[in-house]
Order: sequence, then C-alpha cells, then structure tokens
Amino acid sequence: MKFSTLKRHFKEGARNTWRNGWMTIASVGAVTTTLILVGVFLVLMLNLNHIASELEEDVQIKALVELTAEQSDLDQIEENINDISGIESINFVTKEEELDNLVDSMGEQGQAWGLYEQENPLNDAFIVKASDPLETERIAAEIEEFDFIYRVNYGQEYVDTLFKFNEYARNIGLVLIGALVFTAIFLISNTIKITILARKKEIGIMKLVGATNNFIRWPFFVEGMLLGVLGSLLPIAVIIVGYYFLTQNVTILQQFDFVKILDFYPFALQISLIIVGIGASIGVWGSLMSVRKFLKV
Amino acid sequence: MIEMQEVYMTYPNGVVALNGLNVTIEQGEFVYIVGQSGAGKSTFTKLLFREEIPTRGSVEVNNKDITSLKWKEVPFFRRNIGVVYQDFRLLPRLTVYENIAFALEVIEESPKSIRKRVMNVLEQVGLKNKARFIPDELSGGEQQRVAIARAMVNHPSILIADEPTGNLDPETSWEIMRILEEINASGTTILMATHSREIVNAIKKRVIAMEDGMIVRDEHRGEYGYEV
Repeated sequence: MKFSTLKRHFKEGARNTWRNGWMTIASVGAVTTTLILVGVFLVLMLNLNHIASELEEDVQIKALVELTAEQSDLDQIEENINDISGIESINFVTKEEELDNLVDSMGEQGQAWGLYEQENPLNDAFIVKASDPLETERIAAEIEEFDFIYRVNYGQEYVDTLFKFNEYARNIGLVLIGALVFTAIFLISNTIKITILARKKEIGIMKLVGATNNFIRWPFFVEGMLLGVLGSLLPIAVIIVGYYFLTQNVTILQQFDFVKILDFYPFALQISLIIVGIGASIGVWGSLMSVRKFLKV
Repeated sequence: MIEMQEVYMTYPNGVVALNGLNVTIEQGEFVYIVGQSGAGKSTFTKLLFREEIPTRGSVEVNNKDITSLKWKEVPFFRRNIGVVYQDFRLLPRLTVYENIAFALEVIEESPKSIRKRVMNVLEQVGLKNKARFIPDELSGGEQQRVAIARAMVNHPSILIADEPTGNLDPETSWEIMRILEEINASGTTILMATHSREIVNAIKKRVIAMEDGMIVRDEHRGEYGYEV
C-alpha cells in the first residue's frame, strides 16, 4: 500500500469517527466502562499475584533437631537433606541463635526472654528452602523421615491456603476480565453496526467503483482503533490517580511488612499500556466484526 | 468487446430473468437496451458488471470469461467498467470533487495525478465550478453529470448506463445524452438501458429489444418500437 493511501485511510477513519457523533460517544462510553472495570481487576490481580509470589518466596522449612543429637548426627542430617532434589539452600541455626532471633523479633518485650539464656528450651534447626515453593510440602515430608528430626514446620495450613487462594484469585480474575472484554466487543460491534447500516449504501457504491474489501475495511479499522484508544483515556486517568493515592496513603497495609503492593512506577506505566492495548484491540475487533457481512456485495 | 452465449439466469426465488441470451457487442458501439419492466434489462447489465452470475452460459468481456472470476478479482475487473444509474448513487457526505477522486483513490493514484484527472473530467462535464458542493446541493442533471464523471475518470472501456435519464426532465436528458455521445466518440462502448422513446428515436443507434428474458429485436439505427 502506498503511503498516500494509508494517509487517506487514517483521515477517512478519523472523519467517520467525528461524523458519527452520538454513536461514537456511545461506543467510547462502552469501552470506558469496561476498561475501568478491567483496569481495577487487573490492578487487584497483579498486586495479589505480586504479594503471593513474595510470600511464596518467603516460605521455608524449619526442621527442628532433637536435643540428643550429636555433631556427627547433624552432619548426617545435612548430607541427607542435600540429597533431596529441588533444594535451593540449607542453613543450620543453633539454638542460641534461635533464641537471639526470637528476642530481637519481640523488641522491648523480648528482654524478658533473656532469662531463658541459662536454660534454652529451643532446638537446633535446619532452615531449608525449596527452589520451587510449590515443592515445599513434599520436601518437608521427606525431611520428617530422617533420624533425630524432632519436628518439621513450614506453616502447613497457612502455605496451602495461600497457594489455593492465589490460584482461585487468578482464575476468577481471568474469567471476569474475559467476560468483560467479550461484553465490550459485543457492545461496540453493535453500536458500529448501527452506524454501518446507515453506511451500507456507501459501501455498495465503493464496491461499484472497484474498491477492494481491504480498501473499504481500512477506515473502519482506524475508526475502531480510535474508539478504543479514546475509550481508554478516562480509565487510565482513573487508575493512575487512584493507584497513586493507594501507594501514598495505605498506611494500614504498610504496617504488615509482608504486604507490599507494586511500586507506582513502573507499574502505572505498564498498566496504562495494557489498558490502551486492550481498548484498541476491542475497538478494532468490534468494528471489523460488524463490517464483515456488508462486504459481500 | 462483449460476448454472451446461451445465458440463462434464474434467481433463487424462482424468477426467470434471462432465457437463452446470445449477443455480441463490438468495442466502440452505442447500444440501447429497451423493453418493459421485468423484461431482463437490469439483469443483463448486472451480469456485465459481475453483480450477478448467470445460472448457465458464458459472459465474455474483453476476451475474458467473467463468470469464473474469483471474488478477489472482481474489484479489479470492475475498474475497467463505468456504471451510471438512474438514482446517481453518489456518496452523500463527500463533495463533488471527493466523489470523483474516490474512484482514483481506490486504484492508488498519486494525489497529484488525482487532482489533475478530476479537474479534467469535471471540465468535460461542465461542473468545474461546483467541485466543492455536496450532491444534495446540485440539481438532478448535475448529479448525473457527476456520476458520469466518476464513471469516466478511470477511462473504462465500457460504460453501462441503467436508465441514466429516468429521473431527469427532457431538457436535462438531452444534455446527458450529448455527454454520453461525446464519451462514445472517444471509443468507449456504451450500453444504455432506457424507457425513453424520444431519445431512442431521435439519436439513432443500435437497439436491442428484450421481452421475457429474450432478445426479440436487434437492429442498427433502430426505433424504440413499443406502443405505450
């Protein structure tokens, strides 16, 4: 295609968008509504994903060693754990270090625990990390079988629930976004269909002078893209402003240091690009879908 | 050159429009197609423009059987044929200039060449001063001249005119006929379906008369020949 022809198509598409007035506003409105919902869902889902994977990273197995274990037993255990597949790291922590950690984590109240330094009730422990967090349960079960292992702890219920919740949230989010996008495509293709009905005669005349289907389609492609991009402006503004306030003001969330939402930049930029992309695709798809049946003349 | 052999056309609803048509039209001829409504005139012209495909028989245009054209080839075939209708069929939202330019944009002419050719053809039909008007601001005769200009701007070898004077008053009709004759004089074949006895009898050309989907009379310098 020549450049002058491409220019013509863009001019024509923009002009049709302008000329269709209320229909354009209706289509843009449909895209806007959808994209605000899709955008909010995306923000929730991506953050949930982010939090979940951060938490997954933190999942570790604590294998407590029996008090009676000798140094040689400890070496044996470490060797055995090393033989398990899918291990990322092993750290040995003495009971003294464990007590220090505990005291530190309690802050000022922790001083009271200092008394236990004389009679340490804690166990030595191996801290094991799986390279794939989802393997944690299997590895924990294997370690539990070894001699001199008193107890294995990885926050079973907590981890299992987290993994399940994460998976559900992901699936439900995807289904909802899919449904929303589908509805938007349907709405747009219907609004554009109404404007095309009025232009049916024009399409017939274009074919009369020997216009190819692609030649006729191009301006509609441009128009759909414009509708989508116009429809994504408000949602992007809403998401950016909303997310900015969220990152600035969510002090409640920040009290729990395990809940870290994604940083404003580059997340805001990424989500904006995704929204424009979805908007343009919805517009183009909807518009090409409705022009299809008028081309068979 | 146009050549039809044993052409039959039955529409899906059972209406028989053409019933064994045989006709040859040489390049540069001016042919009237006359006959009552429903005699098959419109179907005849639609076949030549590949708006319809015959049920049986062959339609050759410029030595190519167009009944076997693929969908993708149809637009390119049509660029070699100009069409003019009774109801003008102009794009209502475009100006006179843009309506004609559209036919050239379709074949990806350069903007410079488009400007030149559109102004030339507007001069030919005497509408140079109306280039910026939209169709609704023109009289019927002027709109038909725009339609003819659009059909001619590609220099097609054949011009099909389906009752081009049907909506015009007699005086304007003569004006349109004068333009068609000029176009014909430059070598373009013209096929004109018409109900106008005055025109056919005054400007003597080959006359093909149709009845019930068949050619009942075909004579050079013929008469309209129907009593109304």
